[in-house]
Amino acid sequence: MPVAATESFAKNTVAAIQEYSLLAGRAVANMFSPPIYWADIFTQMDSIGVGSLPIVILTGFFTGCVLALQSETALQEFGAVSRTGSLVALSMVKELGPVLTALMVSGRNASGMASELGSMKVTEQIDAMRALGTDPTRKLVTPRLVATVFMLFFLTIISDAVGIAGGALVSVAMLNLNATAYIHSSYASLAYGNIVEGLTKAIFSGFIIATVGCFYGMRTQGGTQGVGKATTQAVVVSSVFIIVVDFLTSRLMISIFGS
Amino acid sequence: MPETVESPKPADTPEDHTPVVVFDHVSIQFDRNPVLRDISFTVDRGQTLIVLGPAGCGKSVLMKLANGLLRPDSGTISVFGERIDNLPDRDLFKIRSRIGMVFQESALFDSLSVEDNIAYRLHEERMPESEAHDKVVEALHFVDLDHAIDKFPSELSGGMRRRVSIARAIISDPDLILYDSPTGGLDPITSTTIIELVVKQRDESHATSLVITHRLQDAFLIARNRFNPEANKMEEIPDGGIDDTTRFLVLNEGRVVFHGNTLELVHTEDPFLKDFIS
Repeated sequence: MPVAATESFAKNTVAAIQEYSLLAGRAVANMFSPPIYWADIFTQMDSIGVGSLPIVILTGFFTGCVLALQSETALQEFGAVSRTGSLVALSMVKELGPVLTALMVSGRNASGMASELGSMKVTEQIDAMRALGTDPTRKLVTPRLVATVFMLFFLTIISDAVGIAGGALVSVAMLNLNATAYIHSSYASLAYGNIVEGLTKAIFSGFIIATVGCFYGMRTQGGTQGVGKATTQAVVVSSVFIIVVDFLTSRLMISIFGS
Repeated sequence: MPETVESPKPADTPEDHTPVVVFDHVSIQFDRNPVLRDISFTVDRGQTLIVLGPAGCGKSVLMKLANGLLRPDSGTISVFGERIDNLPDRDLFKIRSRIGMVFQESALFDSLSVEDNIAYRLHEERMPESEAHDKVVEALHFVDLDHAIDKFPSELSGGMRRRVSIARAIISDPDLILYDSPTGGLDPITSTTIIELVVKQRDESHATSLVITHRLQDAFLIARNRFNPEANKMEEIPDGGIDDTTRFLVLNEGRVVFHGNTLELVHTEDPFLKDFIS
Protein backbone atom coordinates (compact mmCIF):
# COMPACT_ATOMS: atom_id res chain seq x y z
CA MET A 1 0.00 0.00 0.00
CA PRO A 2 2.69 2.59 0.86
CA VAL A 3 4.55 1.63 -2.34
CA ALA A 4 1.43 2.22 -4.42
CA ALA A 5 0.83 5.54 -2.66
CA THR A 6 4.44 6.63 -3.29
CA GLU A 7 4.18 5.61 -6.93
CA SER A 8 0.92 7.48 -7.34
CA PHE A 9 2.39 10.59 -5.64
CA ALA A 10 5.47 10.47 -7.88
CA LYS A 11 3.37 10.09 -11.02
CA ASN A 12 1.06 12.95 -10.01
CA THR A 13 4.04 15.19 -9.23
CA VAL A 14 5.71 14.49 -12.57
CA ALA A 15 2.38 15.01 -14.38
CA ALA A 16 1.86 18.33 -12.56
CA ILE A 17 5.36 19.54 -13.47
CA GLN A 18 4.78 18.57 -17.08
CA GLU A 19 1.39 20.28 -17.11
CA TYR A 20 2.85 23.44 -15.53
CA SER A 21 5.74 23.53 -18.00
CA LEU A 22 3.41 23.13 -20.97
CA LEU A 23 1.06 25.86 -19.69
CA ALA A 24 3.93 28.28 -19.01
CA GLY A 25 5.54 27.49 -22.37
CA ARG A 26 2.30 28.01 -24.28
CA ALA A 27 1.57 31.25 -22.38
CA VAL A 28 4.97 32.63 -23.41
CA ALA A 29 4.71 31.38 -27.02
CA ASN A 30 1.29 33.04 -27.38
CA MET A 31 2.94 36.46 -26.95
CA PHE A 32 4.57 36.06 -30.34
CA SER A 33 1.60 35.06 -32.47
CA PRO A 34 -1.83 36.60 -33.13
CA PRO A 35 -4.41 37.11 -31.79
CA ILE A 36 -3.08 39.05 -28.82
CA TYR A 37 -5.80 40.18 -26.43
CA TRP A 38 -4.58 43.72 -25.73
CA ALA A 39 -7.81 44.77 -23.97
CA ASP A 40 -7.43 41.88 -21.53
CA ILE A 41 -3.75 42.75 -20.98
CA PHE A 42 -4.63 46.36 -20.09
CA THR A 43 -7.50 45.23 -17.86
CA GLN A 44 -5.15 42.90 -15.99
CA MET A 45 -2.49 45.62 -15.76
CA ASP A 46 -5.04 47.84 -14.10
CA SER A 47 -6.22 45.08 -11.77
CA ILE A 48 -2.80 43.71 -10.86
CA GLY A 49 -0.67 46.87 -11.09
CA VAL A 50 -2.87 49.77 -10.05
CA GLY A 51 -4.88 47.55 -7.70
CA SER A 52 -1.76 46.42 -5.85
CA LEU A 53 -0.28 49.91 -5.56
CA PRO A 54 -1.65 50.77 -2.08
CA ILE A 55 -0.39 47.56 -0.42
CA VAL A 56 2.96 47.79 -2.19
CA ILE A 57 3.46 51.43 -1.11
CA LEU A 58 2.48 50.72 2.48
CA THR A 59 4.66 47.60 2.70
CA GLY A 60 7.65 49.27 1.07
CA PHE A 61 7.39 52.43 3.14
CA PHE A 62 7.16 50.72 6.53
CA THR A 63 9.84 48.18 5.60
CA GLY A 64 12.20 51.10 4.90
CA CYS A 65 11.14 52.73 8.19
CA VAL A 66 11.74 49.63 10.31
CA LEU A 67 14.99 48.86 8.51
CA ALA A 68 16.41 52.27 9.42
CA LEU A 69 15.15 51.95 12.99
CA GLN A 70 16.55 48.45 13.57
CA SER A 71 19.88 49.07 11.89
CA GLU A 72 20.64 52.04 14.14
CA THR A 73 21.59 49.79 17.10
CA ALA A 74 23.99 47.67 15.08
CA LEU A 75 25.54 50.59 13.19
CA GLN A 76 25.99 52.60 16.38
CA GLU A 77 28.33 49.90 17.73
CA PHE A 78 30.67 50.56 14.82
CA GLY A 79 30.11 54.32 14.83
CA ALA A 80 28.55 54.03 11.39
CA VAL A 81 25.06 55.45 11.91
CA SER A 82 25.72 57.78 8.97
CA ARG A 83 25.73 54.67 6.76
CA THR A 84 22.05 54.03 7.49
CA GLY A 85 21.07 55.34 4.06
CA SER A 86 23.43 52.93 2.38
CA LEU A 87 22.11 49.96 4.37
CA VAL A 88 18.48 50.81 3.71
CA ALA A 89 19.02 51.46 0.00
CA LEU A 90 21.01 48.28 -0.62
CA SER A 91 18.61 46.13 1.41
CA MET A 92 15.57 47.57 -0.31
CA VAL A 93 16.86 47.51 -3.88
CA LYS A 94 18.60 44.14 -3.81
CA GLU A 95 16.36 42.10 -1.55
CA LEU A 96 13.44 43.46 0.43
CA GLY A 97 11.85 45.59 -2.30
CA PRO A 98 11.61 42.80 -4.90
CA VAL A 99 10.81 39.97 -2.47
CA LEU A 100 8.27 41.72 -0.28
CA THR A 101 6.55 43.29 -3.29
CA ALA A 102 6.40 39.89 -4.98
CA LEU A 103 5.00 38.24 -1.83
CA MET A 104 2.35 40.95 -1.43
CA VAL A 105 1.37 40.76 -5.10
CA SER A 106 1.38 36.96 -4.86
CA GLY A 107 -0.95 37.03 -1.85
CA ARG A 108 -3.29 39.38 -3.65
CA ASN A 109 -3.10 38.25 -7.27
CA ALA A 110 -1.98 34.60 -7.42
CA SER A 111 -4.96 33.87 -5.19
CA GLY A 112 -7.18 36.08 -7.34
CA MET A 113 -6.10 34.36 -10.54
CA ALA A 114 -6.52 30.87 -9.06
CA SER A 115 -9.98 31.63 -7.70
CA GLU A 116 -11.20 33.44 -10.81
CA LEU A 117 -9.97 30.80 -13.26
CA GLY A 118 -10.95 28.03 -10.84
CA SER A 119 -14.52 29.33 -10.68
CA MET A 120 -14.59 29.54 -14.47
CA LYS A 121 -13.32 25.96 -14.66
CA VAL A 122 -15.90 24.45 -12.31
CA THR A 123 -18.77 26.34 -13.95
CA GLU A 124 -17.64 25.10 -17.40
CA GLN A 125 -16.87 28.64 -18.60
CA ILE A 126 -13.43 27.51 -19.77
CA ASP A 127 -15.00 24.66 -21.75
CA ALA A 128 -17.51 27.17 -23.14
CA MET A 129 -14.63 29.39 -24.21
CA ARG A 130 -13.00 26.48 -26.04
CA ALA A 131 -16.35 25.53 -27.57
CA LEU A 132 -16.70 29.10 -28.84
CA GLY A 133 -13.35 28.85 -30.60
CA THR A 134 -11.06 30.63 -28.12
CA ASP A 135 -7.84 29.21 -26.70
CA PRO A 136 -8.20 29.76 -22.90
CA THR A 137 -4.43 29.90 -22.45
CA ARG A 138 -4.19 32.74 -24.95
CA LYS A 139 -7.23 34.58 -23.61
CA LEU A 140 -6.78 34.06 -19.86
CA VAL A 141 -3.19 33.10 -19.03
CA THR A 142 -1.05 35.13 -21.45
CA PRO A 143 -2.64 38.52 -20.56
CA ARG A 144 -2.15 37.80 -16.84
CA LEU A 145 1.46 36.77 -17.42
CA VAL A 146 2.32 39.85 -19.48
CA ALA A 147 0.51 42.17 -17.06
CA THR A 148 2.08 40.67 -13.92
CA VAL A 149 5.67 40.68 -15.24
CA PHE A 150 5.32 44.23 -16.60
CA MET A 151 3.57 45.72 -13.58
CA LEU A 152 5.64 43.93 -10.92
CA PHE A 153 8.75 45.45 -12.48
CA PHE A 154 7.39 48.97 -11.89
CA LEU A 155 5.78 48.12 -8.55
CA THR A 156 9.21 46.97 -7.35
CA ILE A 157 10.77 50.29 -8.40
CA ILE A 158 8.02 52.14 -6.53
CA SER A 159 8.48 49.92 -3.48
CA ASP A 160 12.26 50.56 -3.51
CA ALA A 161 11.69 54.30 -3.77
CA VAL A 162 9.13 54.57 -0.98
CA GLY A 163 11.23 52.20 1.18
CA ILE A 164 14.23 54.48 0.87
CA ALA A 165 11.95 57.46 1.56
CA GLY A 166 10.57 55.71 4.67
CA GLY A 167 14.13 55.06 5.86
CA ALA A 168 14.92 58.73 5.26
CA LEU A 169 11.94 59.86 7.31
CA VAL A 170 12.92 57.70 10.30
CA SER A 171 16.62 58.63 9.98
CA VAL A 172 15.88 62.34 9.94
CA ALA A 173 12.93 62.49 12.35
CA MET A 174 13.98 59.85 14.91
CA LEU A 175 17.71 59.24 14.49
CA ASN A 176 18.62 62.88 13.92
CA LEU A 177 20.59 62.14 10.77
CA ASN A 178 21.18 64.73 8.08
CA ALA A 179 18.77 64.29 5.13
CA THR A 180 21.38 65.21 2.53
CA ALA A 181 23.89 62.76 4.02
CA TYR A 182 21.26 60.00 4.01
CA ILE A 183 20.35 60.56 0.38
CA HIS A 184 23.99 60.87 -0.66
CA SER A 185 24.89 57.69 1.21
CA SER A 186 21.96 55.84 -0.38
CA TYR A 187 22.73 57.03 -3.88
CA ALA A 188 26.47 56.43 -3.65
CA SER A 189 26.10 52.86 -2.41
CA LEU A 190 23.87 51.71 -5.26
CA ALA A 191 25.72 50.17 -8.17
CA TYR A 192 24.37 49.12 -11.56
CA GLY A 193 24.53 45.44 -10.56
CA ASN A 194 22.38 46.02 -7.47
CA ILE A 195 19.57 47.51 -9.52
CA VAL A 196 19.80 44.79 -12.19
CA GLU A 197 19.68 42.14 -9.45
CA GLY A 198 16.56 43.58 -7.85
CA LEU A 199 14.70 44.07 -11.10
CA THR A 200 15.66 40.63 -12.43
CA LYS A 201 14.10 39.16 -9.32
CA ALA A 202 10.94 41.17 -10.04
CA ILE A 203 10.70 39.70 -13.55
CA PHE A 204 11.14 36.12 -12.32
CA SER A 205 8.66 36.69 -9.50
CA GLY A 206 6.08 38.11 -11.90
CA PHE A 207 6.44 35.02 -14.06
CA ILE A 208 6.03 32.74 -11.04
CA ILE A 209 2.97 34.56 -9.66
CA ALA A 210 1.07 34.52 -12.96
CA THR A 211 1.95 31.01 -14.10
CA VAL A 212 1.43 29.36 -10.70
CA GLY A 213 -1.83 31.27 -10.08
CA CYS A 214 -3.20 30.39 -13.51
CA PHE A 215 -1.93 26.79 -13.33
CA TYR A 216 -3.82 26.05 -10.12
CA GLY A 217 -6.88 27.88 -11.43
CA MET A 218 -6.95 25.96 -14.71
CA ARG A 219 -6.65 22.55 -13.04
CA THR A 220 -9.30 23.19 -10.36
CA GLN A 221 -11.65 20.30 -9.74
CA GLY A 222 -14.54 19.64 -7.40
CA GLY A 223 -16.71 22.73 -7.09
CA THR A 224 -16.31 25.52 -4.56
CA GLN A 225 -14.17 23.39 -2.25
CA GLY A 226 -11.78 22.85 -5.15
CA VAL A 227 -11.63 26.60 -5.80
CA GLY A 228 -10.65 27.23 -2.18
CA LYS A 229 -7.98 24.54 -2.33
CA ALA A 230 -6.58 25.89 -5.61
CA THR A 231 -6.41 29.41 -4.14
CA THR A 232 -4.49 28.27 -1.08
CA GLN A 233 -2.10 26.14 -3.12
CA ALA A 234 -1.44 28.97 -5.55
CA VAL A 235 -0.42 31.39 -2.78
CA VAL A 236 1.69 28.84 -0.89
CA VAL A 237 3.51 27.47 -3.92
CA SER A 238 4.12 30.85 -5.56
CA SER A 239 5.43 32.31 -2.26
CA VAL A 240 7.84 29.41 -1.77
CA PHE A 241 8.97 29.59 -5.41
CA ILE A 242 9.58 33.33 -5.05
CA ILE A 243 11.90 32.80 -2.06
CA VAL A 244 13.72 29.89 -3.73
CA VAL A 245 14.18 31.79 -7.01
CA ASP A 246 15.27 34.84 -5.00
CA PHE A 247 18.12 32.80 -3.52
CA LEU A 248 19.11 31.35 -6.90
CA THR A 249 19.00 34.75 -8.58
CA SER A 250 21.07 36.30 -5.78
CA ARG A 251 23.71 33.59 -6.23
CA LEU A 252 23.72 34.09 -10.00
CA MET A 253 24.01 37.87 -9.70
CA ILE A 254 26.84 37.62 -7.17
CA SER A 255 28.72 35.44 -9.63
CA ILE A 256 28.09 37.98 -12.41
CA PHE A 257 28.49 41.33 -10.63
CA GLY A 258 30.35 40.30 -7.49
CA SER A 259 28.97 41.14 -4.04
CA MET B 1 -50.56 3.42 -33.92
CA PRO B 2 -48.84 6.83 -34.38
CA GLU B 3 -47.19 7.58 -37.70
CA THR B 4 -43.92 9.31 -38.35
CA VAL B 5 -44.32 12.70 -39.98
CA GLU B 6 -41.72 13.94 -42.42
CA SER B 7 -40.24 17.23 -41.30
CA PRO B 8 -40.34 20.08 -43.82
CA LYS B 9 -36.92 20.50 -45.44
CA PRO B 10 -35.51 23.87 -46.48
CA ALA B 11 -35.68 24.29 -50.24
CA ASP B 12 -32.06 25.30 -50.68
CA THR B 13 -30.46 22.49 -48.67
CA PRO B 14 -28.02 20.60 -50.88
CA GLU B 15 -28.28 16.83 -50.60
CA ASP B 16 -25.33 15.64 -48.55
CA HIS B 17 -25.43 12.14 -47.19
CA THR B 18 -22.24 12.34 -45.09
CA PRO B 19 -23.22 11.72 -41.47
CA VAL B 20 -22.66 14.82 -39.35
CA VAL B 21 -21.44 12.90 -36.28
CA VAL B 22 -19.90 9.43 -36.27
CA PHE B 23 -18.74 7.63 -33.11
CA ASP B 24 -16.89 4.42 -33.91
CA HIS B 25 -16.05 2.09 -30.99
CA VAL B 26 -15.30 5.03 -28.68
CA SER B 27 -14.17 4.36 -25.11
CA ILE B 28 -12.94 6.73 -22.40
CA GLN B 29 -12.07 6.33 -18.75
CA PHE B 30 -11.19 8.71 -15.92
CA ASP B 31 -8.87 7.59 -13.10
CA ARG B 32 -9.17 4.00 -14.32
CA ASN B 33 -12.98 4.16 -14.15
CA PRO B 34 -14.51 3.38 -17.55
CA VAL B 35 -17.11 6.05 -18.39
CA LEU B 36 -17.98 5.17 -21.99
CA ARG B 37 -17.37 1.70 -23.44
CA ASP B 38 -17.31 0.88 -27.13
CA ILE B 39 -19.83 3.53 -28.18
CA SER B 40 -20.80 3.52 -31.86
CA PHE B 41 -23.53 5.55 -33.56
CA THR B 42 -24.07 8.03 -36.35
CA VAL B 43 -26.16 11.17 -36.62
CA ASP B 44 -27.29 12.13 -40.10
CA ARG B 45 -27.77 15.65 -41.41
CA GLY B 46 -30.92 17.28 -40.04
CA GLN B 47 -31.44 14.60 -37.40
CA THR B 48 -32.17 15.28 -33.74
CA LEU B 49 -30.59 12.62 -31.55
CA ILE B 50 -31.96 12.55 -28.03
CA VAL B 51 -29.48 11.01 -25.60
CA LEU B 52 -31.17 9.41 -22.61
CA GLY B 53 -29.84 7.52 -19.65
CA PRO B 54 -29.60 7.44 -15.88
CA ALA B 55 -27.45 10.03 -14.08
CA GLY B 56 -23.73 9.32 -14.31
CA CYS B 57 -23.96 7.08 -17.39
CA GLY B 58 -21.64 9.31 -19.44
CA LYS B 59 -24.08 11.51 -21.39
CA SER B 60 -22.21 14.79 -20.81
CA VAL B 61 -18.87 13.11 -21.54
CA LEU B 62 -20.30 11.94 -24.85
CA MET B 63 -21.31 15.51 -25.67
CA LYS B 64 -17.86 16.87 -24.84
CA LEU B 65 -16.29 14.17 -27.00
CA ALA B 66 -18.51 15.26 -29.90
CA ASN B 67 -17.15 18.82 -29.57
CA GLY B 68 -13.51 17.78 -29.14
CA LEU B 69 -13.43 19.10 -25.56
CA LEU B 70 -12.35 15.60 -24.47
CA ARG B 71 -10.38 12.99 -26.36
CA PRO B 72 -11.29 9.30 -26.37
CA ASP B 73 -8.86 6.66 -25.12
CA SER B 74 -9.77 4.49 -28.09
CA GLY B 75 -12.04 4.61 -31.13
CA THR B 76 -12.61 7.39 -33.61
CA ILE B 77 -14.95 10.38 -33.75
CA SER B 78 -15.77 12.22 -36.97
CA VAL B 79 -17.71 15.46 -37.24
CA PHE B 80 -18.71 16.85 -40.66
CA GLY B 81 -16.72 14.00 -42.20
CA GLU B 82 -13.47 14.99 -40.46
CA ARG B 83 -11.76 13.03 -37.69
CA ILE B 84 -11.59 15.15 -34.56
CA ASP B 85 -10.22 12.69 -32.01
CA ASN B 86 -6.63 13.29 -33.09
CA LEU B 87 -6.84 16.94 -34.16
CA PRO B 88 -4.82 19.56 -32.26
CA ASP B 89 -6.88 22.27 -30.54
CA ARG B 90 -5.89 24.90 -33.11
CA ASP B 91 -7.46 22.86 -35.95
CA LEU B 92 -10.47 21.99 -33.83
CA PHE B 93 -11.41 25.67 -33.55
CA LYS B 94 -12.33 25.69 -37.26
CA ILE B 95 -14.71 22.74 -36.80
CA ARG B 96 -16.10 24.20 -33.57
CA SER B 97 -17.06 27.36 -35.48
CA ARG B 98 -19.79 25.19 -37.07
CA ILE B 99 -20.97 23.80 -33.73
CA GLY B 100 -23.12 25.51 -31.11
CA MET B 101 -23.17 24.14 -27.58
CA VAL B 102 -25.56 24.73 -24.70
CA PHE B 103 -23.91 23.74 -21.43
CA GLN B 104 -25.57 22.02 -18.49
CA GLU B 105 -25.33 25.04 -16.19
CA SER B 106 -25.42 27.58 -19.06
CA ALA B 107 -21.70 28.46 -18.59
CA LEU B 108 -22.29 32.15 -19.31
CA PHE B 109 -19.29 34.41 -18.74
CA ASP B 110 -20.01 36.18 -15.43
CA SER B 111 -17.99 39.27 -16.28
CA LEU B 112 -19.73 39.92 -19.60
CA SER B 113 -23.19 41.34 -20.27
CA VAL B 114 -25.83 39.27 -22.04
CA GLU B 115 -25.02 41.07 -25.29
CA ASP B 116 -21.28 40.38 -24.98
CA ASN B 117 -21.93 36.76 -24.00
CA ILE B 118 -24.09 36.15 -27.06
CA ALA B 119 -21.80 38.09 -29.38
CA TYR B 120 -18.65 36.44 -27.97
CA ARG B 121 -18.02 34.30 -31.05
CA LEU B 122 -18.79 37.22 -33.39
CA HIS B 123 -16.35 39.47 -31.52
CA GLU B 124 -13.70 36.75 -31.78
CA GLU B 125 -14.33 36.67 -35.53
CA ARG B 126 -13.85 40.46 -35.61
CA MET B 127 -17.36 41.13 -36.90
CA PRO B 128 -18.21 44.88 -37.01
CA GLU B 129 -19.95 45.98 -33.80
CA SER B 130 -23.18 47.16 -35.45
CA GLU B 131 -23.56 43.92 -37.40
CA ALA B 132 -22.87 41.85 -34.26
CA HIS B 133 -25.44 43.92 -32.32
CA ASP B 134 -28.10 43.25 -34.96
CA LYS B 135 -27.44 39.51 -34.78
CA VAL B 136 -27.62 39.58 -30.97
CA VAL B 137 -30.98 41.37 -31.12
CA GLU B 138 -32.21 38.74 -33.58
CA ALA B 139 -30.98 35.84 -31.41
CA LEU B 140 -32.51 37.37 -28.27
CA HIS B 141 -35.79 37.81 -30.11
CA PHE B 142 -35.67 34.11 -31.05
CA VAL B 143 -35.41 33.13 -27.38
CA ASP B 144 -37.93 35.82 -26.37
CA LEU B 145 -35.54 37.76 -24.16
CA ASP B 146 -35.39 41.08 -26.03
CA HIS B 147 -35.39 43.08 -22.80
CA ALA B 148 -32.37 41.34 -21.25
CA ILE B 149 -29.69 42.60 -23.62
CA ASP B 150 -27.97 44.90 -21.09
CA LYS B 151 -28.28 42.60 -18.08
CA PHE B 152 -25.51 40.51 -16.54
CA PRO B 153 -25.80 36.74 -15.96
CA SER B 154 -26.09 37.27 -12.19
CA GLU B 155 -29.30 39.26 -12.78
CA LEU B 156 -30.97 36.41 -14.68
CA SER B 157 -33.09 33.49 -13.48
CA GLY B 158 -32.05 29.91 -14.28
CA GLY B 159 -34.45 29.68 -17.22
CA MET B 160 -33.31 33.03 -18.62
CA ARG B 161 -29.67 31.97 -18.35
CA ARG B 162 -30.48 28.80 -20.27
CA ARG B 163 -32.24 30.85 -22.98
CA VAL B 164 -29.26 33.22 -23.25
CA SER B 165 -27.06 30.14 -23.56
CA ILE B 166 -29.23 28.91 -26.46
CA ALA B 167 -29.01 32.34 -28.10
CA ARG B 168 -25.20 32.21 -27.76
CA ALA B 169 -25.14 28.74 -29.32
CA ILE B 170 -27.27 29.65 -32.36
CA ILE B 171 -25.84 33.14 -33.04
CA SER B 172 -23.62 31.92 -35.88
CA ASP B 173 -26.23 29.58 -37.43
CA PRO B 174 -24.30 26.41 -36.59
CA ASP B 175 -24.75 23.20 -38.57
CA LEU B 176 -24.66 21.13 -35.38
CA ILE B 177 -26.10 22.08 -31.99
CA LEU B 178 -25.23 20.20 -28.80
CA TYR B 179 -27.68 20.64 -25.92
CA ASP B 180 -26.24 19.28 -22.67
CA SER B 181 -29.26 18.86 -20.36
CA PRO B 182 -30.91 22.13 -21.41
CA THR B 183 -33.75 21.58 -18.95
CA GLY B 184 -31.68 20.29 -16.04
CA GLY B 185 -32.61 21.91 -12.73
CA LEU B 186 -35.53 23.88 -14.18
CA ASP B 187 -39.19 23.78 -13.16
CA PRO B 188 -41.61 21.98 -15.54
CA ILE B 189 -43.04 25.17 -17.06
CA THR B 190 -39.62 26.66 -17.78
CA SER B 191 -38.46 23.27 -19.10
CA THR B 192 -41.30 23.28 -21.61
CA THR B 193 -40.28 26.79 -22.72
CA ILE B 194 -36.72 25.55 -23.31
CA ILE B 195 -37.95 22.45 -25.18
CA GLU B 196 -40.12 24.73 -27.31
CA LEU B 197 -36.95 26.61 -28.28
CA VAL B 198 -35.21 23.33 -29.17
CA VAL B 199 -38.17 22.34 -31.37
CA LYS B 200 -38.33 25.84 -32.88
CA GLN B 201 -34.64 25.72 -33.73
CA ARG B 202 -35.00 22.19 -35.16
CA ASP B 203 -37.94 23.12 -37.39
CA GLU B 204 -36.71 26.55 -38.49
CA SER B 205 -33.00 25.95 -39.08
CA HIS B 206 -33.04 22.17 -39.69
CA ALA B 207 -29.67 22.00 -37.98
CA THR B 208 -28.49 18.63 -36.75
CA SER B 209 -28.67 18.38 -32.98
CA LEU B 210 -27.81 16.19 -30.04
CA VAL B 211 -30.02 16.72 -27.00
CA ILE B 212 -29.14 15.23 -23.64
CA THR B 213 -31.94 14.89 -21.19
CA HIS B 214 -32.80 12.75 -18.24
CA ARG B 215 -36.48 13.75 -18.44
CA LEU B 216 -38.47 11.40 -20.66
CA GLN B 217 -41.32 13.87 -20.97
CA ASP B 218 -38.91 16.39 -22.57
CA ALA B 219 -37.68 13.75 -25.01
CA PHE B 220 -41.19 12.81 -26.08
CA LEU B 221 -42.19 16.50 -26.30
CA ILE B 222 -39.44 16.96 -28.89
CA ALA B 223 -40.52 13.85 -30.79
CA ARG B 224 -44.26 14.55 -30.77
CA ASN B 225 -44.33 18.30 -31.37
CA ARG B 226 -43.58 20.73 -34.14
CA PHE B 227 -43.23 24.49 -34.21
CA ASN B 228 -46.05 26.50 -35.74
CA PRO B 229 -44.55 29.77 -37.05
CA GLU B 230 -47.98 31.40 -37.58
CA ALA B 231 -49.06 30.84 -33.98
CA ASN B 232 -45.42 31.28 -32.84
CA LYS B 233 -45.70 28.31 -30.52
CA MET B 234 -45.10 24.59 -30.31
CA GLU B 235 -48.02 22.29 -31.06
CA GLU B 236 -48.57 18.56 -31.12
CA ILE B 237 -48.17 16.86 -34.47
CA PRO B 238 -51.74 15.97 -35.53
CA ASP B 239 -53.08 12.41 -35.22
CA GLY B 240 -50.44 11.47 -32.69
CA GLY B 241 -47.73 11.81 -35.34
CA ILE B 242 -44.03 11.65 -34.54
CA ASP B 243 -41.26 13.74 -36.04
CA ASP B 244 -39.28 11.47 -38.36
CA THR B 245 -35.94 13.24 -37.80
CA THR B 246 -35.92 12.51 -34.09
CA ARG B 247 -33.99 9.46 -32.94
CA PHE B 248 -33.03 8.14 -29.53
CA LEU B 249 -29.78 6.89 -28.04
CA VAL B 250 -30.08 5.33 -24.59
CA LEU B 251 -26.98 4.79 -22.48
CA ASN B 252 -26.59 2.67 -19.39
CA GLU B 253 -23.36 2.13 -17.45
CA GLY B 254 -21.35 3.62 -20.29
CA ARG B 255 -22.77 1.39 -23.04
CA VAL B 256 -25.34 2.00 -25.77
CA VAL B 257 -28.43 -0.02 -24.91
CA PHE B 258 -30.69 1.45 -27.59
CA HIS B 259 -30.32 3.42 -30.82
CA GLY B 260 -33.39 3.87 -32.93
CA ASN B 261 -36.49 5.92 -33.60
CA THR B 262 -39.33 6.84 -31.29
CA LEU B 263 -41.62 3.98 -32.25
CA GLU B 264 -38.88 1.40 -31.78
CA LEU B 265 -38.19 2.79 -28.33
CA VAL B 266 -41.83 2.85 -27.33
CA HIS B 267 -42.35 -0.75 -28.48
CA THR B 268 -39.13 -2.18 -27.14
CA GLU B 269 -39.15 -5.53 -25.38
CA ASP B 270 -35.85 -4.88 -23.57
CA PRO B 271 -36.55 -5.13 -19.80
CA PHE B 272 -34.19 -2.27 -18.88
CA LEU B 273 -35.69 0.03 -21.51
CA LYS B 274 -39.26 -0.92 -20.59
CA ASP B 275 -38.47 -0.13 -17.00
CA PHE B 276 -36.64 3.08 -17.95
CA ILE B 277 -39.43 4.54 -20.08
CA SER B 278 -42.30 3.39 -17.90
